[in-house]
Amino acid sequence: MSLDTVAAAQSSPDTKQPFAELGLKPDEYARIKEILGRRPTSSELAMYSVMWSEHCSYKSSKVHLKQFSEKAPKSAALLVGIGENAGVVDVGQGYAVTFKIESHNHPSFIEPYQGAATGIGGIVRDILTMGARPIAVMDPLRFGPADAPDTRRVLPGIVAGIGGYGNCLGLPNIGGEVVFDQTYAGNPLVNALCVGVMKHSDIKLAKAAGAGNLVVLFGAKTGGDGIGGVSVLASETFDSSRSTKRPSVQVGDPFVEKLLIECSLEIFAEDLVVGIQDLGGAGLSCATSELASGGSGGMKVALDKVPLRDPSLSPEEILMSESQERMCAIVEPHKLPRFLEICKKWDVTVTAIGEVTDGNRLEITWNGELIVNVPPRTVAHEGPVYNRPMAQPAYIDKVNSQKVKLSIPHTATEIKEAVLKLAAAPNLADKSWVTSQYDKYVQGNTIQSHPEDSGMVRIDETTHLGVAISTDANANWSYLNPYQGAKLALAEAARNIATAGARPLAVTNCLNFGSPEDPGVMWQFAETVRGLADGCLAMGLPVTGGNVSFYNQTGTVAILPTPVIGVLGVIQDVRTRTPMSFDTAGLDLFLLGQTYEDLSGSEWAFLHGERTGQAPTADLAREMRLIELLLAGHAAKIFHAAHDLSQGGLSAGLTEMVLRYSVGAIIALENVGVALLSESPGRVVVAIDPKKVSDLRELATTHSIKVEKIGTTGGDSLTINDCVIDLDELRHAHTSTFPRLFG
Amino acid sequence: MRVGVITFPGTLDDRDAARAVNRSGAQAVLLWHGDTDLKKVDAVILPGGFSYGDYLRAGAISRFSPVMNSVIEAAGEGMPVLGICNGFQVLCESHLLPGALTRNSDLHFLCRDQEIEITNNMTPWTTTFSLKERIVIPLKNGEGSFQCDDKTLAQLEDEGRVVARYVGENPNGSRNLIAGISNERGNVVGLMPHPEHAIDPLTGPTAQGLGFFTSILNSMVK
Amino acid sequence: MAKIVVEVMLKPEILDPQGNAVASALPRLGFSVAKSVRQGKRFEIEVEGEPTASQIAQVEKAAEVLLSNPVIETYVVRVEK
Repeated sequence: MSLDTVAAAQSSPDTKQPFAELGLKPDEYARIKEILGRRPTSSELAMYSVMWSEHCSYKSSKVHLKQFSEKAPKSAALLVGIGENAGVVDVGQGYAVTFKIESHNHPSFIEPYQGAATGIGGIVRDILTMGARPIAVMDPLRFGPADAPDTRRVLPGIVAGIGGYGNCLGLPNIGGEVVFDQTYAGNPLVNALCVGVMKHSDIKLAKAAGAGNLVVLFGAKTGGDGIGGVSVLASETFDSSRSTKRPSVQVGDPFVEKLLIECSLEIFAEDLVVGIQDLGGAGLSCATSELASGGSGGMKVALDKVPLRDPSLSPEEILMSESQERMCAIVEPHKLPRFLEICKKWDVTVTAIGEVTDGNRLEITWNGELIVNVPPRTVAHEGPVYNRPMAQPAYIDKVNSQKVKLSIPHTATEIKEAVLKLAAAPNLADKSWVTSQYDKYVQGNTIQSHPEDSGMVRIDETTHLGVAISTDANANWSYLNPYQGAKLALAEAARNIATAGARPLAVTNCLNFGSPEDPGVMWQFAETVRGLADGCLAMGLPVTGGNVSFYNQTGTVAILPTPVIGVLGVIQDVRTRTPMSFDTAGLDLFLLGQTYEDLSGSEWAFLHGERTGQAPTADLAREMRLIELLLAGHAAKIFHAAHDLSQGGLSAGLTEMVLRYSVGAIIALENVGVALLSESPGRVVVAIDPKKVSDLRELATTHSIKVEKIGTTGGDSLTINDCVIDLDELRHAHTSTFPRLFG
Repeated sequence: MRVGVITFPGTLDDRDAARAVNRSGAQAVLLWHGDTDLKKVDAVILPGGFSYGDYLRAGAISRFSPVMNSVIEAAGEGMPVLGICNGFQVLCESHLLPGALTRNSDLHFLCRDQEIEITNNMTPWTTTFSLKERIVIPLKNGEGSFQCDDKTLAQLEDEGRVVARYVGENPNGSRNLIAGISNERGNVVGLMPHPEHAIDPLTGPTAQGLGFFTSILNSMVK
Repeated sequence: MAKIVVEVMLKPEILDPQGNAVASALPRLGFSVAKSVRQGKRFEIEVEGEPTASQIAQVEKAAEVLLSNPVIETYVVRVEK
């Protein structure tokens, strides 16, 4: 069979093409023909099919996500907003910080190690492509039940993959989450966040500008990774003697990515690129169409120039390949020799594969024959936009009207049992089994990492400027009320930044949902986005970018809506940061914030199989006052420690604090069961010197935040009223769970 | 005093080692794996990381770098050389040190604050420590299990060439809890844990790692 | 095209945690056949035509110097069709 060229497409309009197998609907196929004025070539069909897929085009989410721009709060700190590879914020002193969170859920279920590894690889390249040196990663992870056999298959592989790739890149892992829930059985969630830093002048954008400038592909060679779907085209146009085995799993090489990072940073430092894009989902199809769209509008590429690992790949396969560790730069011709020199120094494969043109077409040739001639914007930005039907699912009214039925502990024995049970619960237990597989020290700038409320990294060794990042989600609340759930997660992430003394600045998000073709799921998504957009506007925190992962479901059962919110903040002097816990006796412990009977969606409810009730209502004005109180207290140096309360409530918060440095606490509480188990939002426990209590009370009054003394630090037990829990016993419960489950 | 810090492709802790050298008062000089020129340094550090991705075996490819020819020659003439983690692996593959580092016995990468005991304070890298002094510095590796045959082990012990030993539970299966060793002459030292990450309690568990870097300064200044 | 194959194994006295992990996993999956498992590496080196004695000697030298670490590993070189 011969190559399917543009000329061939023009002269054979009635050729049957496998558009349905590639995921395109009949009306979408018709639209492509309308755009081109003819049938697409098989290469063009491959490009449109993958770029118009949900994963690349965001066709189901676009109409909702535009709220982030429409409702964006004015923020002087925002340097690059939604639309680029990652958002960039000004953190002062001429520094810009870029951060983003992404998902790699489905591949991690199929091949846990490589799925998670390539997830890290992808998000790191997104940060690198903005012109930044990546400085840290975080990994919010969600699995099926902790004791399920498939969790034992998937969790160790995913953790090993994140560690294996991230450690080899030299990126400290400064935090994350590990959550277990039946809802994720068969659909583990692997979300990866990366942060990078640069000077303002270093910011790079994905645009191909300047006719005559060169399109340069560098990094790993291209192989058949991740093209499973498109091989249906290969079998259409080539004979059967060719091997049809095409790997659908992408395999990462962190060593090559490390070289790519160092090579790219040297290239950036010498100002050798006009624009740059990394190759992620949809590989070259995406990079070429997006670069061309972002710039003058035209580009010519000779696809046969792409360096190949597998010489038998067809042009369609090369365009679709998701081989890792590749970047595409736009380089002025007179700067190319130096560009090539730097690549040679780092032993990075590099080839000029095309040039920017005047006009507005993306033209791709194969050995001189034109196989792609498309308007790039139609591929990269003007894909289908769906306004999918949505309907509030029946379960909402049902669960919201049911009051959660739970036994509340009262006696000392019951209290002890409850505290130990929560301490040992897989969602709350000590996660060292996971985090000790991650390097937290490399680069020598990690100020805090897991189990602190946020990860914190020093940006400048002379001025001690630093950034803090936290990721949070509460699927239980999002299930009960997606609108409130999003706001509550946002507030929690921002609060986790403020407890350390950093000021929240910007937001990223990873929205993990079931199928958008389910009106109930679509409603959950729409409500979540509305809640997050409203919340960001109220809190003055712009969304800088993020990721949507749909189709997380098995059969017809979708996962609980799981929007993971990441907040980044700034601290002027990392040496002043407030740690999460105390290492001395004799301090006073105060609870900031109001406790109500918020047991619906709590860990206590979860442990008892109760998933009904109403989510709390977010009071963002109050959350913002609490944040200001925390920052004011930090500035006045009145806190020895500050710890956010979230899943597991005060019980988990106190457990984490006393075990951190093995200093106990004596606590007195009224309505002790509810006080310990409730998960009312907007609460923080602080440890302060008794001499500073009046300062705290004054701040609390100024900021209208309830403050109540709950106890003092000291001793070798956690004592709550008349219940005494020896720290050793508490530690044993807290630290035995993961080794018992995962070896 | 000039201390060279080598960067191989994939080296990660070179800037951290350089920071530690500068913090100690010496001057860090970055050296490139492809260059044979040691730039007149007084000592050389092979830092931690994943040179060549640890492909084939950790350190197996780095040992053939042009710079290593110069390092082997200089070490033969008495230049102090410190290999940290991946650097230790390169030194063993180069046969500047005996034995080999293999996969951690529990198969996991392990990052933890590790207590070690200094068992030889006569090397140029350990003179500021007192004998049997215990310090806490980070250990972070996947292939840190020190292995050698019985004869080598006996020799290392008898000749006092074990420079540091893990305290408490064996973190990776190393024979005799060995965390660091020296060559016969005592100028070449390999250490699995990372002193360069313990120079400031702000970013590490302690500042007790600095002693390795102040030692070399003192050794040369004498 | 023939290839020269080098198989590298850890010396018997060296702890092989990966082999042990495999040996533990087999019975969990219903395989009771193995008394013990050792894990090694296999290198396949393609040459033009039939390997000559000189080429085989080169590979043996490479096995000694690079492909294996003689401190902890042994190797075997053979030709396969």
